[in-house]
This record gives sequence, C-alpha cells and structure tokens, in this order.
Amino acid sequence: MLKVEHTHEPVEFSEALVGLIADKIIRYPEGKQKSALLPVMHDVQAEFGWLSVPAMDKVAEYLKIEPIEVYEVASFYTMYFLRPQGKFVLEVCRTSPCCLVGAEKIMDHLEQKLGVKEGEVTADGLFSWRGVECLAACGFGPVLQIGPEYTFYENLTNESVDQLISDLTAKANN
Amino acid sequence: MGRKLLLEHINVPGINTYDVYRSKGGYTAVEKAMKTLTPEEIVEEVKKSGLRGRGGAGFPTGMKWSFLAKPEGVARYLVCNADESEPGTFKDRYLMTYIPHLLIEGMIVASFALGANTSYIYVRGEMMPQIRILERAIAEAKNAGFLGKNILGTGYDLELYVQPGGGAYICGEETALLESLEGKRGNPRIKPPFPAIAGLYGCPTVVNNVESIAAVVPIINDGGDEYAKLGIGRSTGTKLISAGGNLKKPGVYEIDLGLPVEEFLYSDEYCGGIANGKRLKAVVAGGSSVPILPANLFMKTINNEPRLMSYESLADGGFVSGTMMGSGGFIAYDEDQCIVRNTWNFARFYSHESCGQCSPCREGTGWMEKVLHRLENGHGKMSDMDLLVDVSKKIEGNTICPLGDAAAWPVASAIRHFRDEFEWHVTNAATAVRRNYGIAHYADPLIIAEKAG
Repeated sequence: MLKVEHTHEPVEFSEALVGLIADKIIRYPEGKQKSALLPVMHDVQAEFGWLSVPAMDKVAEYLKIEPIEVYEVASFYTMYFLRPQGKFVLEVCRTSPCCLVGAEKIMDHLEQKLGVKEGEVTADGLFSWRGVECLAACGFGPVLQIGPEYTFYENLTNESVDQLISDLTAKANN
Repeated sequence: MGRKLLLEHINVPGINTYDVYRSKGGYTAVEKAMKTLTPEEIVEEVKKSGLRGRGGAGFPTGMKWSFLAKPEGVARYLVCNADESEPGTFKDRYLMTYIPHLLIEGMIVASFALGANTSYIYVRGEMMPQIRILERAIAEAKNAGFLGKNILGTGYDLELYVQPGGGAYICGEETALLESLEGKRGNPRIKPPFPAIAGLYGCPTVVNNVESIAAVVPIINDGGDEYAKLGIGRSTGTKLISAGGNLKKPGVYEIDLGLPVEEFLYSDEYCGGIANGKRLKAVVAGGSSVPILPANLFMKTINNEPRLMSYESLADGGFVSGTMMGSGGFIAYDEDQCIVRNTWNFARFYSHESCGQCSPCREGTGWMEKVLHRLENGHGKMSDMDLLVDVSKKIEGNTICPLGDAAAWPVASAIRHFRDEFEWHVTNAATAVRRNYGIAHYADPLIIAEKAG
C-alpha cells in the first residue's frame, strides 16, 4: 500500500492552490504553520489526484519544514495517495457493521463490474476502488465515498452501484 | 417518551442555517453565559449537571474542565474531538450534518468558560461534507457577532477553526489528536503530562467530544441541576445512541439514560426490533471496543435484573457478564451472523489502525488477526482460542494508549461468551466455511418465551 511512485516530474501549484495554503496557515499561532500540513495535503491531492514526491517537497517549502516531515505524515494516514489513482476512487466501508448488511457483496460486485482488483486502476483511467475502515455511517450501510469532495453514497445495492458507475462514466465523458 | 435536549429541533426545515436555529432559541446559551455567568460559574454548572464525556471514556466533563491549568500569559485551547471513527458510532456525523450550530454554540460557551481565544474542531478527514457544513455555520455565527472580536460587547475574542484529519482511527485518542493537529503522525503521547497541563503546542488544553460540547448548551440554558434530573444515578442527562446492524430501524436516537434496553431494542419509538423477523443473537453496546454480549446476557444482568441503557447497568457484572456504554455505538447481530467472522473483522480493524508505537499492540493485533483469519477459513486449531486469550491479555494494559485494550476486549469477550462457536469452527471446519453456527443458546429468553406463547 505504501509503495511510493517515483517521478521527477516537476509540479507547479496554481494560484488558487497557493491561496488555499495561505488561508490555512493563518489559522495557527506564529511559528506553528506545520499544523497546516494535513489540510494542505488534502488541497494538493484534490488538485493532482495524488501526492507525488515533488508535490510533497513543494508542500514542505511552503510550510517551511523538511521534506521528511511531509513524507512521514503522508504515509501514516490512509487518505493520502502516494501513487496515481483512478479519476474516481470508490472507497467502500469494510468494517463489521457494514458487513452485517452486505458490504462484502458490494465489494465483490465492484471488483467484477470494474474488472480490476482492489487498488488497481481501470484501463480507461476512470476508476479504482478499495475497502476502507469504518466511515461512521453504520446505520446506513453499506456505504461508499468518493473524493476529493468525499460525497457519500448510502444503503448501497448492486443496482445503485451500477447506476453510480454509469453516472460517473457519463460525467467523465462529457 | 424521553425529553430531547440535543435533537429537539432536528426535523425543523432549515435548522442547519443560522436564522432558523436562532429562531428556535439558538445562541441563547451564549448570551446567558457571557452576560450573566462567570467562567467559573459555567464550569460549576457543568459539574452539577453530572455530564460524562460522550466520546467513550465517560469521564466527568466539568471535572476535566476544572483540571485546566491557567498560568499567566499562556494561551489555552479547547479542541473538539470530531474524529468519530469507532466502528458502530455515527452520532457526531449526524449532529454535525443536521444541527451544526448546536456544536458551534457549545464551542463558544465552552471556550469562554475555559478562557480559550482560539479553538479547533478536529473532524476526521473523510467527513469533508461535514467540514464544509461547519465552516459555513462558523461564517454565519461570525457574521451574527457570536464569533470574532469583542463578542456581544464583552471584550471576549474567539476564533474557531475546523481542522480535517487524514484518516486514522488512532487520532480519536486525545493526545494523538493533538499530535495530528500539530501536523505530525498520530502517535499518542505518554501521560502525564495530561493535556490539561501540556496539550496543544505545549499549552493547557481541553479535548472534548462533539456530543459533550453540544450538551453544554442545554446545561447552560436550563441549569446543571435540571440536566441532572434526567437519567439515572450517576448516568445523568440524555445520550445519543447510534443504532446499527440488523435492526428494523437503524439510526441515531436520543434517549434518557436509564431506558431499559428491551424498550430501546424492541419498541417502535426506537429500533423497532430485529430486521426481517429474525432473532437477536448478540449485541455490541458501545462501539467495537467494548465486550460483545450474547443476547441473553445483554437483556438481563447475571442477577436476572433487566439491563438499562446507563453507564452502570451496562457495566454490571464487570467483564465477566457485562460490557460498557462506550461511545454509544450500538450494533445488533441477528441469528445468521458469525461471531468468529465478526471478531476477525474487528481484529483486522485494530491491526490496521494500530499506530505501531508499542510492540504489544503493533505485533499483538496482527497476530490475533492472523489466528482469527485461519479460524474463520477452516484452518484453525483447538489451541487457538487459548492462544488468542493469551495474546489479548499481553496487549491489555501494556500500551501507551487505550487502543491496545480496545483491540484486546472484543477478542477476549467473544471467546469468553461464544467459545463453543469458535470450537465448532475447528471441529466442523468444512461446514463452518459454508454456513454459520446459528443462534445456539445465546438468544434472548424473553423473545423465546413470547414465541412459545
């Protein structure tokens, strides 16, 4: 899971992204700008889809910390992708309460429908999927979420998953 | 029907907006607190209310507040723990989604009482929609003069920020949460010093759960004594219960503490019984970390008294025959569920979420997962059950933070109460991979009697 994809492709942060970073830094006392690391990495991931090493180095520059301080945090938390993903990452809750109401069957169905194993990307680059731990929606399971907005889909059935995939495909092709 | 203190207006259209929330009496607690009470008096009201931390530990909130060190010239912080990640628990997500201003109002009152001028709400990163909702609510409250400089002309300043996490269960532990808020890996700190002395940036800090903070609003509006009249014994007030699993009506319910579990489970006002006409096999009453109980032990204590939804009654019998209130994550298992598979699932969860700092937890959780996985898949041995208990005992109490205990208890309790089902997985391995053990002798005797009659 934690394999880092090596790329030296340089990244440029857009003006909007730099603005988001500046907006985060002012939330903490002077000298404590490292606190902005988690929120800033979410912003960077929302822009690029994943966190490459050059992107993380740039985050370190903006927050005036060492690159290793970014790597060690990015690899600790599950939400940060250290390798490229599909355009849409479908994250299905796989913890017990959701399994009681059919989460495992939903994951089997996703694997079959998308034709890729957990963590892999479909040939068209549109989708990847994975099981994640409890999403705090146990009363509405099975559930899945899709970043970077983390839109939530509840009470899933095979049919609603099929519908979701075709809606997302249409959205991507328009 | 119990009185609703937190969810009274939850169905009012537009209650997520400032205007509607205000029209329903919102922010009167802020006005009352700042204009008529001193910070000390607010802490006193919360103490009188008997409110206990709603995140799981159940430690008295007023007491926690009174421990806060107040050295001259040092900033103090209030941090709200909205990292809700305990499997089975989804009440904080619900509250933040539908009535965000209740949390904001509670944060303002609590920050004022503690003398914090900057406060943070640490929300788990997966709850981006809730983060957007809270940020909008904060902007509205600021616009109305309840946040920012010189609030209500009292000279008190408060800035409130929402901080997203990065996806890690461990960050619900308060010192790991503070590490994370400082932009680091979520490794829990050794206590002491407690956050009340040295918390965020080394400054005195209080960390409280979303529901605890929200409960401060009715406590200030009605008075601590009024709040303490609800509930039973040392379990005062109301509690949000997240009800999930095989229930007819899963969802979030606000109950008066002391409600009989039978009423909670089977009455139409609450869960409405087990889904699809099935029978109840087991219950996890307070989130995945607390001991699982077979239905018969859950419904009645070992002394044959009906069990109540209260801190004391759920814990009656200790870990031999009782469980814990925890965070109120209530999971019901019907007769078709496999306890071995469920225990494996929880063990995998804790193994995945262990931060890796302490060897007993890092190694022990992974070991338990492997053993449970082979049991569930028909490759178990009769000695595995004793092995699991042994490993769990060696994790428990030997780690910096409670995640080790939380990982040990579900495994130890499952074997304590369902040992025959585990043994059946070994003696009937080929059958066990095809079908489940069933309900055996675990069923709630009340319901059997009803069916027989």
